[in-house]
Amino acid sequence: MGDQAQLLPGTLDLLILKAVSLGPLHGYGVLLRIAQISGQALLVEQGALYPALFRLVRQGLLHAKWGKSENNRRAKFYELTLAGRKRLDEETEGWNRLTAAIGSALAARPEEV
Amino acid sequence: MRIAAWLRSVSAKFFRRDALAEELQEELHEHIALRADDLERQGLSRAEAERLARIEFGGVEKFREQSHEALGAAWLETLLADIRYSLRVLRKSPGFVAAAVVTLALAIAANAVVFGLMDGLILRPLNVPRGDALIGLPNGSDPGFESYQNYKDLRDRNHSFVDLAAFSFAFVALDTGNDPVPGSGYAVTGNYFDVLGVKPYLGRVIHASDERGTNSAPYVVLTWAYWHRRFHEDRGVIGRVVLVNKRPFTVIGVTPPGFIGTLMFISPDFFLPIVTPISASGDQGLDLRADQHSVFESFGYLKPGVTRAQAEADCSNVAAYLAKTYPKEFDQRTPVVLGRVGLTAFAGGVEAFVGGLMLLAALILLGACANLGSLFAARASDRSREVALRLALGSSRNRILRQLFTEAVMLALLGGAVGLALSVFLLQRISAWHPIPAVPIQIPVAPDAKIYIVALVLALVSGFLFGLVPMRQILRSHPYEIVKAGPGLKINRRINVRDVLLVLQVAICGVLITASLVAVRGLVRSLHSDFGFEPRDTAMVSVDLAQAGYSGASIPAMQKRLVHAMEAIPGVENAGLVNNYPPLVYTGADRQPIFRENAPDLLPAHAAMSPYSFGISPGYLAAARTSLLAGRDFTWHDDKAAPAVAIANVSFAEKMFGSINGALGKYFELKDGRRVQVVGVMEDGKYLSITEEHEPAVFVPFEQNPMAAAWLVLRSRRDPQSLAVAIRAEIRKLDAGLPAEVRSWNELLQPILFPARMATLALGVMGLMGAMLSITGIFGMAAYSVSRRLRELGIRMALGAQRKEVLQAALGRALRLLAIGSAAGLVLGVLASHVLASIVYQATPRDPLVLGGVVVTMAMLGLVATWIPAQRALSIDPLILLREE
Repeated sequence: MGDQAQLLPGTLDLLILKAVSLGPLHGYGVLLRIAQISGQALLVEQGALYPALFRLVRQGLLHAKWGKSENNRRAKFYELTLAGRKRLDEETEGWNRLTAAIGSALAARPEEV
Repeated sequence: MRIAAWLRSVSAKFFRRDALAEELQEELHEHIALRADDLERQGLSRAEAERLARIEFGGVEKFREQSHEALGAAWLETLLADIRYSLRVLRKSPGFVAAAVVTLALAIAANAVVFGLMDGLILRPLNVPRGDALIGLPNGSDPGFESYQNYKDLRDRNHSFVDLAAFSFAFVALDTGNDPVPGSGYAVTGNYFDVLGVKPYLGRVIHASDERGTNSAPYVVLTWAYWHRRFHEDRGVIGRVVLVNKRPFTVIGVTPPGFIGTLMFISPDFFLPIVTPISASGDQGLDLRADQHSVFESFGYLKPGVTRAQAEADCSNVAAYLAKTYPKEFDQRTPVVLGRVGLTAFAGGVEAFVGGLMLLAALILLGACANLGSLFAARASDRSREVALRLALGSSRNRILRQLFTEAVMLALLGGAVGLALSVFLLQRISAWHPIPAVPIQIPVAPDAKIYIVALVLALVSGFLFGLVPMRQILRSHPYEIVKAGPGLKINRRINVRDVLLVLQVAICGVLITASLVAVRGLVRSLHSDFGFEPRDTAMVSVDLAQAGYSGASIPAMQKRLVHAMEAIPGVENAGLVNNYPPLVYTGADRQPIFRENAPDLLPAHAAMSPYSFGISPGYLAAARTSLLAGRDFTWHDDKAAPAVAIANVSFAEKMFGSINGALGKYFELKDGRRVQVVGVMEDGKYLSITEEHEPAVFVPFEQNPMAAAWLVLRSRRDPQSLAVAIRAEIRKLDAGLPAEVRSWNELLQPILFPARMATLALGVMGLMGAMLSITGIFGMAAYSVSRRLRELGIRMALGAQRKEVLQAALGRALRLLAIGSAAGLVLGVLASHVLASIVYQATPRDPLVLGGVVVTMAMLGLVATWIPAQRALSIDPLILLREE
């Protein structure tokens, strides 16, 4: 899994919410989905996923229930709650604003000052 | 939503602990299995795939713990762990726990009970709408009493009150059909209920429109309690006619259950209109402006925007107008001061007393905290090795302190719970308590939410206070030093926290003991002071001839027959009669202004003095054992037709005429202009209260001052029960319809001694608690210092120390601290006792007996508390001890 970007602190929750927003997933599925949608650029430390998932459930952003995985294993599936959807939208907007601001800041040239 | 999720998460954590752990385990396990599946698909062997999956995953244990923490409420878990640990620690020392819980429970119960009293008597307003804004108006010359005419003028002429209502007492017999029972009622003005805003529970109440002159409203309104007790909640009672003092009254309504009248501690049975006469003579004294007893208290709400000061000025203006218009009758000495309704003239005394008790109770709690604080400090230093080990093993000081605090707060809460239960029990007993039989006095306390909160707050505060004591010790402890040296070897010669706490505690105890001894001594003195009569071996009968329908000249005639009938009872040495109330009974003593013979006019301003005045029959002085010092007693010839005569007491004679003998044969004038000749001089006595000193008094023949209400006074050494039977039989022979209850003078003195008795009881209990606290405190300190120094003492004994030296080494410090604390407590107690003097008559701390008593008590306490530790120090066997170590 070659050359991956470092995950910024605080972005794991956002990534999990985004991954789960595309359809209910079990923990390993979340991992794969993040890798997939980031074009394999972002890789989450596997174990660190679980405290984050539990925290999001506690905050009422995710909902968990047991089901069957594609290869017929029992697995716990996570899906987005209404509050989770709202939080995802807010955080996405915040993130976009932040990156736009940082992007424009980094793009500044001496003659523009 | 978020809260629900949090609750689900946290509750799962605590209630489905094992299931949750399993699920987490399974979830992580499945993750690794899924990863292994993928790796296997990429061409690895199953075993290799699983190994790699586990390596990629990282430390399962670490993530499991983090996930568990992510479930939330980590603080709660720490707290639970602390509580579990504390429980284990506390269970190991049941003696310590018991001592701490009992100490705290007593201290908190004392505080909660006193707070309950304060709440019931001072903080809580009367149970009427807007009761806190109700203003009382003790107008007139006697505190709390005024005349009906003055009340009416004040009501109509003031500009400050929305309306002004008033009430007085009506002690009458209520007869529902051949069962006259004396009851206590209020005689109320027509607007009484409307001013208060009290709505009827049943039927209707009296309104101002009912008042259309004398006899216009023969109605009676029952209180809920009386309706429940006498009529068994019979709704048919409305409209029924009952006899009040033999006169027909219609029951028109019942007041709501919570309404107990407008006095805090005397709840009436029923309410009668003040304008409707309750005696056959029809004379209520309502028309007499000079009759200061027709209204007890008037009250009302101020108009919006009117301040209390404005209202006082307004009422003083009315009083000034009345004084100018009716100079003869209006006898107003003080400017009008508004007060709160419910306690009337007693407010100041009650507030001072309850405030003083609160202070003492707070001192007890402080003492208990000091006590527990030093116990905790001792325990903490015993546990210093454990603490040091934990610190050395990497525990944070915070965590250790938090655990110790948990221990303290748990003990405090336990003590608080026990204390609360105790105080609720006591308060219920107090509110159900009728301290004086036959007098409707009750103390309106009720355990409610406020008490629970106070107990809880006190418990928490005291927990923090005594939990704080060992803190410094822990923070400064040096794990390495302690583990190396072991406990008990460092003998600290400096003054430490425990010493200060012990001195503080002993000083507090000294204050409490001084206060209670002063109070007890004061009570004993006032019980044995000279009343001017002998209350022992007496039988007293209240005969209110108005209650049996007598009027006019038939009253003295019947009273004369009654006295003669009493004299004839076998075993009765003397019998007599006194009008209204006997001296010191129910604060019924009345003052009359008297004038010198050459006074320019008979205005109150020119009165020579206002002695207490009693109308008595021949035989009364002998029955009361009041000694006549000069002149003669009254005879049956001193009747209405005979010249007016009087017997003065020594103070009267000396103030008015210079000497006892100089008074004999001299004259003074009453305000109605009658000339009265002094024919006898008797000893001084007490008339209104036991705290008065040498007040002038004058006794006149009852026939020259007739009154329907009187008491028969009998002196007899006969068995009170058979005597009472004989008395009732004699009275029934004369008039079967006359209610007669027989009591002794001592019984009748109970109300007047009640405040002093209560004060002494309360202070006695406080003193006892203070003594207990200091015993446990000194004992704890002494026992601890002996046990810490067993080895040193053993060595001393092995080297040949004598018993005295051993004791001095073991207990010298404790005893020195005790002496310092006692001295401080004694000085503070003497200073504080000045407050007591206002409550307990003759309470003076400058009494060698009290001072000696305090010193002896403290020494005894010290002796008791150090006895067991001393025995233990003396019984040390150096051989065994040294071998053991």
